[in-house]
Amino acid sequence: MSPINAMRLGAIARKEAIQLRRDPRSLILAFLLPVALLILFGYAITWDIDDIPLAVVDCDHSARSRELVGAFLASGYFSLVARPDRAADLGGDLDRGRIQLGLVIPVGFAADLDAGRAAPLQAIVDGSDANTATIILAYSEAIVRCYSAQILLHGVQPLALVTAQSRVWYNEELTSRNMIVPGLVAVIMMIIAAMLTSLTIAREWERGTMEQLAATPASRLEIVLGKLLPYLIIGLIDVVACSFLGVLLFGVPFRGSPLLMFILSFFFLCGVLGLGMFISAVAKSQLLATQMAMVATFLPAYLLSGFMFAIDVMPTVLRGITFIVPARYFLVVTRGLFLKGVGINVLFLQGLLMIAFAAIGFFLAVRVFRKELA
Amino acid sequence: MNPRARYGRIFEMVRKEFLQIRRDPRLWRVIVFAPMVQLIVFGYAVSTDVRNTKTFVVDHDRTQASRELIETLTASGYFRVTGRSDRPADLVRALDHADAVVGLEIPAGFARDLTRAGGAQVQVLLDGTNSNVATVARGYAERIVQDYAARIARQGTMGGIDLRERPWFNPDLASRNYNVPAVVGVIIMLVCLLLTSLAVVREREIGTLEQLMVSPLSPGELIAGKTIPFGIFGLFDFVAVITVAVLWFKIPFAGNAALMLLASVPFLLSGLGIGLLISTVSSTQQEAFMVTFLIFMPTILLSGFMFPVSSMPSAFQWLTLLNPLRHYLEIVRGVFLKGAGAGALWLQFLALTLIGAFVLTVASRRFRKTIA
Repeated sequence: MSPINAMRLGAIARKEAIQLRRDPRSLILAFLLPVALLILFGYAITWDIDDIPLAVVDCDHSARSRELVGAFLASGYFSLVARPDRAADLGGDLDRGRIQLGLVIPVGFAADLDAGRAAPLQAIVDGSDANTATIILAYSEAIVRCYSAQILLHGVQPLALVTAQSRVWYNEELTSRNMIVPGLVAVIMMIIAAMLTSLTIAREWERGTMEQLAATPASRLEIVLGKLLPYLIIGLIDVVACSFLGVLLFGVPFRGSPLLMFILSFFFLCGVLGLGMFISAVAKSQLLATQMAMVATFLPAYLLSGFMFAIDVMPTVLRGITFIVPARYFLVVTRGLFLKGVGINVLFLQGLLMIAFAAIGFFLAVRVFRKELA
Repeated sequence: MNPRARYGRIFEMVRKEFLQIRRDPRLWRVIVFAPMVQLIVFGYAVSTDVRNTKTFVVDHDRTQASRELIETLTASGYFRVTGRSDRPADLVRALDHADAVVGLEIPAGFARDLTRAGGAQVQVLLDGTNSNVATVARGYAERIVQDYAARIARQGTMGGIDLRERPWFNPDLASRNYNVPAVVGVIIMLVCLLLTSLAVVREREIGTLEQLMVSPLSPGELIAGKTIPFGIFGLFDFVAVITVAVLWFKIPFAGNAALMLLASVPFLLSGLGIGLLISTVSSTQQEAFMVTFLIFMPTILLSGFMFPVSSMPSAFQWLTLLNPLRHYLEIVRGVFLKGAGAGALWLQFLALTLIGAFVLTVASRRFRKTIA
């Protein structure tokens, strides 16, 4: 194969750009969609759990039991929605999802507590959402422990005490938005970039212009790269715009090097655009190409990138599959640069893997492309 | 109009669609193969359980007591020691490289301080990048350290409040039981949209829409003819995917299967209706696809699948009411985990039926306009 000729490459890129420009709708979507999605989801989705609907069954009717309930409400995490008389009444409310936590304070609660005996307190939590339930229980325990310690301090001093002093790094307030926004940049860009290129080769096949393209002196690699170039520029603009929005609109800190972000985004986009190209070359029809691109990117980007579900706890086979999800690498990059402020010494592995991914994507696209033409 | 002739025409149209689908083996893969593979792959992925959290230990004390504390921490199953060092700088490095999510630093003199009045202190550092994991891991770490303190104190009952936790519906708090049923809903939505959003546009692009227009079919019949085959495939997918969830992933199915199937019909109709509506408002397949995509993203994120609806700002909570997936997920999770019956879920049923009827009506009206 002849080495890449810059002029021919430029010509192909220009042709693709002209085609793209003639299609204002897809242009608007390519530029506007990522930004619009980021704004929408940056506002809408959060994991911060507050206003947890709580029901209290207070069988003790004592000052102590009222103090405890007061401690729950003062924490700001809970809001009291019901005070049934019997514990049995909690069932219906949990079934309908009216409450997420039910506290049952038994008779003799205050007496036990003041006598230095262990005073039982029952917490019934809606466990269907295990994640939320775990967090609710962690909050409840912290509140109970704190209240309990206050009372104990007036009585017997424990013999030995170990306290854990927790400190959170990188995201001190544990704001879920700081975690979601950089993650979304990776997820959205993976899906959009693959979609954009998945149409390009298939379109030529459908319109019958592929023979014309094949008849030009441009090599297959030049055609693939040339077609990719305009989308690469669009993708980079998108990443920059999304990063600015994250910082300016959502107040997510950006602690790393912007230049490194730009370079690594370049590698990431090459990989994903190459993946789209490959799909396009295999599918040959726009319909199938878009469907394949959607299936190949949508759920994997959300579920297998580490955006939501930790890769560490997945079974080995699945962890292997996550290596072919480019958002997996880019997610480490965006979170690392936004929140941790780490440099190339930490991220070089991600960079290398993304370069490898891009190379394989190009290679496969060119290969499939050649086979089909022959 | 003669109703029997009408059913005959719809039947012929359905037959024609089936023939077309059968001739396209790749479409088969989208319908039959992809949902199953997706559920198996993603079923394993969707776990938010915090266990085996990578922990880096810096033990300056090196005493029996400090080793016991570390042992207690790892014995819980929530933490796994992936690195040890004497230098705190290594801990920083491990957190930066994401080699550890939790750092435990035990100061020199820890064992000695245990017997003193002031008590001992250990430092727990957490990578807050994933706020969710950090919150849960912090809770576990604090609880374990406290239990350890209680054991050392050997006071028998320490007094104080003994919080007894009882999670309902999902006693082990396994996140998979909550997430796999939701993946079922998401996959079926994806299949519905992928199948129908391009259905009408495609005929227009290929030029076969004109042929359909000169046929005696009314727009309503056309829509029915387009929807029914995909509806049947959707139901087939639904049964297959639920079977995989129950048999493969052993997700407890507490509720009534018939109720679930019944709820799936209006959900499928909503999904197919949205797809058809997209198809009728778009002039090219590419455009239809972009709109599908534009709709699918919010449908997933604003459904409660990953992010609880109750945590969203109230304007968005209202918006989610228009989302069929949101209602369907409530039904699926309710039936699977809570064994909820029609009494608890009728509101969601009603919402799904209304959404389904609305989008199908609008789709067939739009369709009439395009034909005229």
